[in-house]
Amino acid sequence: MKNQLITTTQAVDPIFTFLFSSCLVLLLGITIAMIWFVVRYRRSRAPEPTSQVSGNVWLEVVWTALPTILVMGMFYYGWSGYLTLRDVPKNAMQVTAVARMWSWNFIYGNGKNSGKMYVPVGTPVQVNLESKDVVHGFYMPAFKIKRDVVPGMKNHVWFVATKPGSYDVFCSQYCGTGHSAMIATVEALPPEQFYSWLNQAQGGGESPGRAILEKRGCLGCHSLDGSPKVGPTLKGLFGTQVKVTRGGQPAVVTVDEAYLKESIVDPGAAIVEGFPPIMPATTDMPGAELEAVVEYLEHLK
Amino acid sequence: MTSAENTAPVPGGFWLDTGKTGIRSWIFSTDHKRIGMMYFGCVFGFFLVGALLGVLLRLELIAPGPTIVTAKTYNALFTVHGVVMIFLFIIPGIPASFGNLVMPIQIGARDVAFPRLNLFSWWLYAIGALVVLAALFTGGGAPDTGWTFYVPFSARTGTNVSLAVLGVFILGFSSILTGINFVTTIHRLRAEGMTWTRLPLFVWSLYATAWVQILATPIIAITLLLVVAERVLGVGLFDPGRGGDPLMYQHLFWIYSHPAVYIMILPAMGVISEIIPVFSRKPIFGYKMIAVSSIGIAAAGSVVWGHHMFTSGMSDTAVLVFSFLTFLVAIPSAIKVFNWVSTLYKGSISLEAPMLFALSFILLFSIGGLSGLILGAAATDIHVHDTHFVVGHFHYVMFGGTGFAFIGAAHYWLPKFFGRRYDETPALIGWIVMFIGFNIIYFTMQLLGMRGMPRRYYDYLPEFAQLNLVATIGSWILVLGMLIVIVNLWRGLLKGKPFTGNPWGGATLEWSIPTPPPTENFEEDPVVTHGPYDFKGAGVP
Repeated sequence: MKNQLITTTQAVDPIFTFLFSSCLVLLLGITIAMIWFVVRYRRSRAPEPTSQVSGNVWLEVVWTALPTILVMGMFYYGWSGYLTLRDVPKNAMQVTAVARMWSWNFIYGNGKNSGKMYVPVGTPVQVNLESKDVVHGFYMPAFKIKRDVVPGMKNHVWFVATKPGSYDVFCSQYCGTGHSAMIATVEALPPEQFYSWLNQAQGGGESPGRAILEKRGCLGCHSLDGSPKVGPTLKGLFGTQVKVTRGGQPAVVTVDEAYLKESIVDPGAAIVEGFPPIMPATTDMPGAELEAVVEYLEHLK
Repeated sequence: MTSAENTAPVPGGFWLDTGKTGIRSWIFSTDHKRIGMMYFGCVFGFFLVGALLGVLLRLELIAPGPTIVTAKTYNALFTVHGVVMIFLFIIPGIPASFGNLVMPIQIGARDVAFPRLNLFSWWLYAIGALVVLAALFTGGGAPDTGWTFYVPFSARTGTNVSLAVLGVFILGFSSILTGINFVTTIHRLRAEGMTWTRLPLFVWSLYATAWVQILATPIIAITLLLVVAERVLGVGLFDPGRGGDPLMYQHLFWIYSHPAVYIMILPAMGVISEIIPVFSRKPIFGYKMIAVSSIGIAAAGSVVWGHHMFTSGMSDTAVLVFSFLTFLVAIPSAIKVFNWVSTLYKGSISLEAPMLFALSFILLFSIGGLSGLILGAAATDIHVHDTHFVVGHFHYVMFGGTGFAFIGAAHYWLPKFFGRRYDETPALIGWIVMFIGFNIIYFTMQLLGMRGMPRRYYDYLPEFAQLNLVATIGSWILVLGMLIVIVNLWRGLLKGKPFTGNPWGGATLEWSIPTPPPTENFEEDPVVTHGPYDFKGAGVP
C-alpha cells in the first residue's frame, strides 16, 4: 500500500464528502426543528406560551460538547488531507511556472519553455511558482490544488494526471484588468509523446522572435492565429493601418518597425481602438531581442 | 384604515421637543437618537448604492465575454461594491445606527457616556465617506484593487488607491471612538438594578463588538497608512522588488479584517436575540450562554485571521494553528443557533415582519456558517479558496446574516422612533421574494465555486455560463423583494398607522417609555426590577 500513489483529488474528495454530509445533517436538523416549532407553536394554535423555561444546563453541555467533538474531527481530517497536498512524491518531475500580468509560461529542466504546460500521464509533477510582478494564484480545479504565486517567494504545488486530457489553469488571486483572461492549459500526454515533445528542439526551427514572444508571455494576450484575446492579434499586423488613440486624439497609423517597437517599449503611447490601455511596459528587453521580435512579426502573415 | 387615522399627528418626542428645527438641529445634535437616525440614513443610503453596484456586477456576468462594461470598469465596480458595503454599510450598520438609537434606552440611560464624542464619530464617518466617494471621481479613477488592497498590486495600480485608503483610515477612527463610547456607556451608565445579567443581549453583543472595534481597528489604520507610504514615499515594506514582503501586508490586513467580520455579525446576533423571545413570548433560552458566547466569538475571532491565507505560502505550521482556531470559533456560533431555536419551543409564535427576518437569519446564517467549515478545513479550503464559493459564503453570513438582521431591526425598532408603522402584508410578500432571490443567487455562487470558478472574474469559460445566468436572475428577484420591503417600510414610517405603546410585548426598557421617545428618554431615572425577557415581571400581556 505504501507505494500506492494517492492523487491530490483522491486526498481531498472524501473530506468534501464528509464535511458536506455533516453540514447537511446539522442544517436539516436546525431547519426541521425551527419549522416544526413555528408550525406547532404559532400564535393561532398556541395563544399563550406553555412554558417559561429559560435554560437547561445539560442541554447546553450536550450542544457544546457534541459540536466540539465534531469540529475537532473536521479539523483533523482537513489537516491530514492538506498534508497530502503538501507532500510532494519523491520522483516528481520539476516544472517552473512563471506568472506575469497576464500570462503563464512553463519552463522545464532542459531549458525548454512553453505557454502551454505539457505533462506525462502517471508521473507526479511539482510546479514551482514564480511571479514577475504582483501576487497571482495557480489554480487547477480538476486536481483541487491552488497556491498563490508571490513575487520573491518560493511556493510550489504538485499533482499527477492519471488520464490523458486537457485541464485548465486559472489565476485565482486578483491581479488586475487581465485577471480572468490569465488562463493556461495543461495537456496530459502519454509518456512517450510527452518526452518526444520535451526533447524536440525549442520552437522546432521557428524564428527566435516567436520564442521570445512565448517566453515573455506576450502570447497570453496576443494571438498568432487571428483570434481575438485581451489585446489585438499579431497575425498579419505588419503593414496594416490601425486606428489608435494617441495623446487623447484619434489617429491612424501604419504598422511599421518604429510603431511596433514603440508598442512594446511604451505600450501606453498609442492605444488601438477597442482595446483597454492595460499592457505593461517592457523596459528590460535587449535591443537584439526587440529586433528579433519585429523581424518575426514582419513575416507573420 | 382611514386617511384621517393615517394623518393624525404623532406625539413629537425627540423629533420636536428640543424646540429647534432645521438641519443644524441634526448635524450638531448630541442626542444619541438623532445621531442614530443620521447614521441610519447614511448607512441605509450606502446599502442601496452597494446593492445597485452588486446588480451591475451580476448583470455583467450574465453571459461570458464583455456584456455591459469593460474589464477595468468591472474591477472598479467590485472594489467599490466591497468598500461601500463593508466600510460604509455593514461595519457601522447595526452598532452605529440601532446601537445609538436603542442601547442607551435599553440600559436606562439618558444618553451615551460621551455625547459630543458621539457626534464627532458621526462627523468622522461622514468625512470618511466623502473622502472615499471623492476617490472614485478624482485622480486615476475608482480603485481597482478589490476591497482587500493587496500589495504589490495596490502599490502599483494607477487608480486612486491612496485617497480611498485615507477615507477608510478616517472611517476607522469613527469606529474606534464609537467603540470606546459604548464600552464606557455600558460600564458606567446602567440604571439602578440593571445588573450585568439583566442586560439585554443586544447590549451584550454591542459590548463584545465595541472591544473588537477598539482593539483591532488601529491595526488596519496603521496598515493603510503604510500602503500610502509605500505608494507616495516609495517605502519598500511590502513590495518584494524593494525588499519588502507581500505576506506581511496580508497578515496585517486580516488581523483587523477578520475580527471585523465579527464587528459585522455580533450586533446582528444581538438583534436576533431581542426579536425571537419577544415574538415567542418566552424568555430567551440560555441567556448566559448567549452572552458569554458573544465574548467568546469576539476573543477567538481575533486570532483566526490566518485562515484567509491558507494558499498564500505561509508556513504549514501556521495553517495547522489557524485551521484549529477557526474551528473553535464555530462552537460559540453553534451554541447561539441552538439556543435561538430552543427559545421557540412551547412559545406562542407570532410571524410578524421582524420575526420573519429573524427566523430567516437563523437559516441563512447557518448555511453561511456551515459552508465556513468547508473553508476552515485546510484540505477543502485549498480548492474553494478565492472562488465564488467564498463569495457565496460571506454573502450568506453578511447579507443573509447581518443584512437580514438590519432589515429586521428596522421593522422592529423604527416604528418605536417614528410613531408610525408599516403594513404587514407587503412586508411578508417582500420578505418571501427576497428570501427566494437570495438563495438563488448565493447558493448558485457556491455551486460555481465548487466547480472551480474563481472570484473577481470579469469573464469566464462557457462551462460556467448556465449557473451564472441563474445567479443573475436571482439578483433581480432579490432586488425586487428588497424594493417591496423598503418602499413599504418607508411609506409606513412616514404615513402609516400610528404606533403607540408596546404592541409586540417587549420587556426591555425601550418599550416602557413614550413613543417616539422624548429627548431625555426617561422622565425619572428608571429602577430595573426584572430581566430583559421576563415578560411576566414586566407586566406585558
